Amino acid sequence: MNPRYFPLAATIAIFIVAYAVCIGQYPNMLSTRVIGNLLTDNAFLGIAAVGMTFVILSGGIDLSIGAVIAFTGVFLAVLLEKTSIHPLVAFALALAITTAFGALMGAIIHHLEMPPFIVTLAGMFLARGMAFVLSIDSIPIKHPFYATLKGIYYKLPGGGRITFIGGLMLVVFAAGILIAHRTRFGANVYALGGGAPTARLMGVPIGRTTILIYALSGFLAGLSGIVFSLYTSAGYSLATVGVELDAIAAVVIGGTLLTGGSGFVAGTLVGILIQGLIQTYITFDGSLSSWWTKILIGLLLFAFILLQKGLIHLTDRRRRHA
Amino acid sequence: MQPVNSYVLSATGIDKIFPGARALNGVDFSLRRGEVHALLGENGAGKSTLVKCLTGAYRRDGGRILLDGADIDPQSTLEAQNLGIGTVYQEVNLLPNLTVAENLFLGRQPKRFGLIDTREMNRRARALLAEYELDIDVTAELAAYSVAVQQVVAIARAVDLSGKVLILDEPTASLDAHEVAMLFRIVRRLRERGLGIVFITHFLEQVYDLSDRITVLRNGQLVGTRETADLPRRDLIAMMLGRELVEEVATEHAAKAADGEVRFRFRGFGRKGHIEPFDLDVRAGEVVGIAGLLGSGRTETAEILFGAERADSGTAETSGRALDLSSPRAAIREKFGFCPEDRKVDGIVGDLSVRENIALALQARRGWARPISRAEQDRLADQYIKALDIRTSDREKPIKLLSGGNQQKAILARWLATNPDFLILDEPTRGIDVGAHAEIIRLIESLCEKGMSLIVISSELEELVAYSHRVIVLRDRAHVAELVGEEVTTAGIVEAIAASAGRADA
Repeated sequence: MNPRYFPLAATIAIFIVAYAVCIGQYPNMLSTRVIGNLLTDNAFLGIAAVGMTFVILSGGIDLSIGAVIAFTGVFLAVLLEKTSIHPLVAFALALAITTAFGALMGAIIHHLEMPPFIVTLAGMFLARGMAFVLSIDSIPIKHPFYATLKGIYYKLPGGGRITFIGGLMLVVFAAGILIAHRTRFGANVYALGGGAPTARLMGVPIGRTTILIYALSGFLAGLSGIVFSLYTSAGYSLATVGVELDAIAAVVIGGTLLTGGSGFVAGTLVGILIQGLIQTYITFDGSLSSWWTKILIGLLLFAFILLQKGLIHLTDRRRRHA
Repeated sequence: MQPVNSYVLSATGIDKIFPGARALNGVDFSLRRGEVHALLGENGAGKSTLVKCLTGAYRRDGGRILLDGADIDPQSTLEAQNLGIGTVYQEVNLLPNLTVAENLFLGRQPKRFGLIDTREMNRRARALLAEYELDIDVTAELAAYSVAVQQVVAIARAVDLSGKVLILDEPTASLDAHEVAMLFRIVRRLRERGLGIVFITHFLEQVYDLSDRITVLRNGQLVGTRETADLPRRDLIAMMLGRELVEEVATEHAAKAADGEVRFRFRGFGRKGHIEPFDLDVRAGEVVGIAGLLGSGRTETAEILFGAERADSGTAETSGRALDLSSPRAAIREKFGFCPEDRKVDGIVGDLSVRENIALALQARRGWARPISRAEQDRLADQYIKALDIRTSDREKPIKLLSGGNQQKAILARWLATNPDFLILDEPTRGIDVGAHAEIIRLIESLCEKGMSLIVISSELEELVAYSHRVIVLRDRAHVAELVGEEVTTAGIVEAIAASAGRADA
């Protein structure tokens, strides 16, 4: 097998083994209900993680997405409470703002040659602050359109449901895979992750690509915010703290190299599912502290970083003896 | 003579001025269609500056560049590439994390229904590489292949994109003989297709093997352009080194061959891809000079003797006991010392004081658990500042504020403080003024009188002749000759560098 598929294969194998272990202990976990809930519960995280995958593939990082998700939720809640505009219009407005916000961060990163870590950290504080400016309370969203959207689902055999937001996440992943592997933008993202100076010499438009990457991440964070507001039917400025770190964890567990240039969007989906599975297992168990999720995720992250290190070592050795 | 329009690229009167230095001074360079043109010169001669002016990486400050008879003024390598000038560098400028096919077609991938047609791209990549006798899996990452294969992929991309001029900047530096042969086959085929190829290398064997014409630069000026067939090797070396063979300075060669017993014995010492195995005996109180052109393996020899690069073959022993030279630390324990060539990068710690710089190596040998007392450090520093006449207002002055010659002496002091038996000096007089020059040479002579064994690497041939008992001559990363006693003359060294006899590979 091509070594570039090792991390992805490892992720999928871990998921299958973990799921088998779960079923061995709780046979009920093998049901379409569990799968449906897995998708629904992790929809917002999954959508944001697709954006994070692109950012990390390019060798960057986006710390702002948790704050942007919260901002989007508060923005929608305030807008729908104070005005009578249709939620679809509000969605469009929110997406426009978050996309522009991402593009702005990308432009600063490129033109001022600032590290993405710092720029998006500032973006994180800014977005979180803006959410607080809009409202410090948790505002419920009672618009009937929300109920309509939440009522849409596809019934799986066995009683499970793929809800609107669960389905949306799958669509976003499909689109993400297509963009990553079948467009020039996608190829440029990988090229950037392989080394920006070389990519420039090879004619990759560095500036445009960087801005587009962060705009895409902003757009998906906005979409994730919409999904989160559908999921919770509320907007709260203290919500989704640390979601960016969960997203980074999902991307890395999904087999993407933190230094950029190597990985797959599909792997991130499996990374999300592994995280969700651990959470579901803890719910089924009932006696375990939910902090076990963090502990297991932490261990998995370590394992994957070691795996990546080992792979790099292996390919280096292979090349030397080629 | 060929008609003028047979030139695909011609540059006239190229000037490039950097702050404080004139890197190129009215250099002319012309490239015919279907020729391999070697561009030669020692470090700092202006080869890479000229190439960068041609490829748009630098803006030139004067002169004209004609491509196919039309004036061009490329602002970037990308623009030069689109005009028809492609460049392949020593360190492959491709993306190791992308597949071979993606590297070949990045930015111009074939599309179908608005999406990249991966199958078509891979098919075209295979077809393109087939012309280069390369049958590899184009869907594998570039990093999975050897540097030679990556080099060919880079050439394939550059030729496919540009197609008029191909500049190869030291493409063979990290290839073995077999890979070089493959690369040369490809270059010859491209020459037949009518490309103008500029070939930069330090390997003279390869120049004679491949090139049709040679242009030599020295100190930013054109020395001359000759047909390779009409230029004997020794004339070429004289052009590069700027020393006419006739005007050899009759340096009084005081040093007689040291006849003490052999103290250090190296047998078959070498490292693959670095320096070929060599035998070397060094006596107590002997200065062994190492001569050769840049890239001939001089510094590599020093590094391997000091353990900076680990030898993968051969043995080293001293008075019947095996030496451990597996790392610089081990070498220091064996009482070895090494003053590297580029003291700014490898030698001095600029912000530390003269005292701290002098105490560094001794402290490293003792280990951090046994610090040298401040009084001892002061004593050491004062002793060597006096002994070597290091001009500094006081020992606490940051070393970066000292002149080059005094920095060099401070580094020498650092190694002398460890009281070494075996000291390697790589270009000890580079970049220092004439007065300090003479002092360093006197110092070298007095050290060997005290019984120390020295290896001195230098491109200043007169200097080597002045203090060496023996001179080892290097070429193409191998020790090719040893001059003893009367043979140690500048003419003898140049002759040995130029001699092509006795070496079959190239």
